[in-house]
Amino acid sequence: MDYPTLLQILASTVRLGVPLLLACLAGLFSERAGIFDIGLEGKMLMAAFASGAIAAVSGSVWVGLLAAVGAAILMSLLHGLASITFRGNQLISGVAINFLASGLTVLVGQEWFGLGGKTPALSGAARFGTIALPFAEQAQAIPVIGPFYHEVLSGHSILVYVAFLLVPASWWVLYRTRFGLRLRAVGENPAAVDTAGVSVVRMRYSAVMICGALCGLAGAYLATGLSAGFGKEMTAGRGFIALAALIFAKWRPWYCLGATMLFGLLEAVSNRYQNLEIAGIPVPLQLMQATPYILTMVILAGFVGRAIPPRAGGEPYVKER
Amino acid sequence: MQKMPRWADLALIPVLNLVIAFAISALVILAIGENPVEAIKTMVEGTFFRAEGWGYMMYYATNFMFTGLGVAVAFHASQFNIGGEGQATLGGLGVALVCLFVPWPHWSLALIAAIVTSALFGAAWAAIPAWLQAKRGSHIVITTIMFNFIAASLMNYLLSYVLKPKGSMDPASADFPAVTTLPRFHDLPLLGSVFDKNTPANITFFIALLCCWLVWVLIWRTRLGYMVRAFGKSERAAVYAGISPVRITMIAMLISGGLSGMMAINNVMGEAQRLLLNSVEGAGFIGIAVALMGRSHPLGVVLASLLFGFLYQGGAELALWTTIPRDLITVIQALVILFTGALDNMIRLPVERLFMILRRRAE
Repeated sequence: MDYPTLLQILASTVRLGVPLLLACLAGLFSERAGIFDIGLEGKMLMAAFASGAIAAVSGSVWVGLLAAVGAAILMSLLHGLASITFRGNQLISGVAINFLASGLTVLVGQEWFGLGGKTPALSGAARFGTIALPFAEQAQAIPVIGPFYHEVLSGHSILVYVAFLLVPASWWVLYRTRFGLRLRAVGENPAAVDTAGVSVVRMRYSAVMICGALCGLAGAYLATGLSAGFGKEMTAGRGFIALAALIFAKWRPWYCLGATMLFGLLEAVSNRYQNLEIAGIPVPLQLMQATPYILTMVILAGFVGRAIPPRAGGEPYVKER
Repeated sequence: MQKMPRWADLALIPVLNLVIAFAISALVILAIGENPVEAIKTMVEGTFFRAEGWGYMMYYATNFMFTGLGVAVAFHASQFNIGGEGQATLGGLGVALVCLFVPWPHWSLALIAAIVTSALFGAAWAAIPAWLQAKRGSHIVITTIMFNFIAASLMNYLLSYVLKPKGSMDPASADFPAVTTLPRFHDLPLLGSVFDKNTPANITFFIALLCCWLVWVLIWRTRLGYMVRAFGKSERAAVYAGISPVRITMIAMLISGGLSGMMAINNVMGEAQRLLLNSVEGAGFIGIAVALMGRSHPLGVVLASLLFGFLYQGGAELALWTTIPRDLITVIQALVILFTGALDNMIRLPVERLFMILRRRAE
């Protein structure tokens, strides 16, 4: 493999890793507050549809983005209603949200556009264009680093840079603010937070709404950045890979970046090489596709560094018995 | 003190949940500019007004009974087995291996072998998540989700490289030998005069009913079932009573996986007669809805399976005769899971309060 090919794969890694990263951070906020979320997939799908549809109708990608965030937050509120207010099973609620998104997007898409669930192809201002970082062209002359800067770091849509900035931002919010401390505490020991006079319900609703907003960004990136419009089931299991990445990252922001980029790399490699050989042994494409899940299983098995979820995760908080 | 009578818990609440789920589904149909009454009419006519409709409904219901029972048994041990999809996929592999590579003299022997291997393969696919849950506390929901995806990749690989006959383009196994064909309703006495031979419902339907009865016996009439339920209600109390959590988790999950795997007898051996990519078609997930709606009781599972069988057949009719896509069924399924599962308390709490008020009035 030569250097230009490597750069192409890395650039593709960034593009494919970013939706995972955004969804992973979304899951991070929710699960750190003690709300399991296996509905990331559904929220992303809903957001992708909303952004694709609204951007196509309005002609503005920003309106589409707003719709995506709104749609995903609505789904989050449904999850919150079921799992926080009515103390239902968070996992079942997540399953329901995934199906709801999978059905509604096609149903409404077919009704609005009649394209078999797709939204019209987006172009111009209805899509996120690419941004060239400063001096990207000039830097190409510098050996090794120059092309890397030009190919891999520059030339992505704005959501990619937002996603990368959200990693330190999430770290700062979770570990350096009072809000973050309370959010993490609500996920570990809600009774203690309650005793301290902080509303567990409000904290958890804030967390799931942040989760929704981030899923909104992830979905919008899929439909208006990565591709030009929404397609049926376009998330294709990315919400679950993000969930796997979150476990792989042991519920920590910087690790989320590493895990999602690793999984993005796997996807980029399997997209590029249909017949891959490592050390002379042919590696089937399907093994590459299953690797994120297998890696997560290894981590979950606790053989390589144990992943311990937030202690109160999945359990509804009952104020008084 | 019981907050409400048993009948309300077992019948009234599920019915109310369903009514709300269907009412919202009707609103969804209205919102996309279609007529809900017309939609229901199409679904009912396409299912109940002709024998073929009944046959398809029972064929789908057979799938859902297996996966629904699978989820239900795990629920009794308070395990959420979301991996029915993967377990049924692997069950299909078991059935295919038995049918393709063993020269059977008669379908009945092939059927027995298929039952055993599909259950074994399904159980094996549940075994690793179960062991990780029991021994290492890894969350079963996450691990079974992972195993669904791994199963899909594995099947994709096997059908693309290993089981695909030479010269064939589509990723599917060879056709099973004719001797392994299961009798369909058309081939059975009495039923044969009603159903034609294209109706996919086959004798697996009766195996599914038998499994429902066996699960009922297991859960409510055996010592093991008692241990499973005790463990599911309170792990600490069960441990105090000498019940081993590892053992019960493993047993419940193996049975659960085995039941989900047995679904393959119906769809792979009974219908397709070869192994196809994505042969499960989401039935593993419908099992969740079926188990929730049926309150994890085998009788409830039968009723819920028939309802979902009707929805599936009706959905196909909708797609055929109207402009409403099949995906409406996915929405209905989501709403059923939401209201009977996650939002159960929304209906339960007011009803409980109502019964308390009524009781106080009576006293």
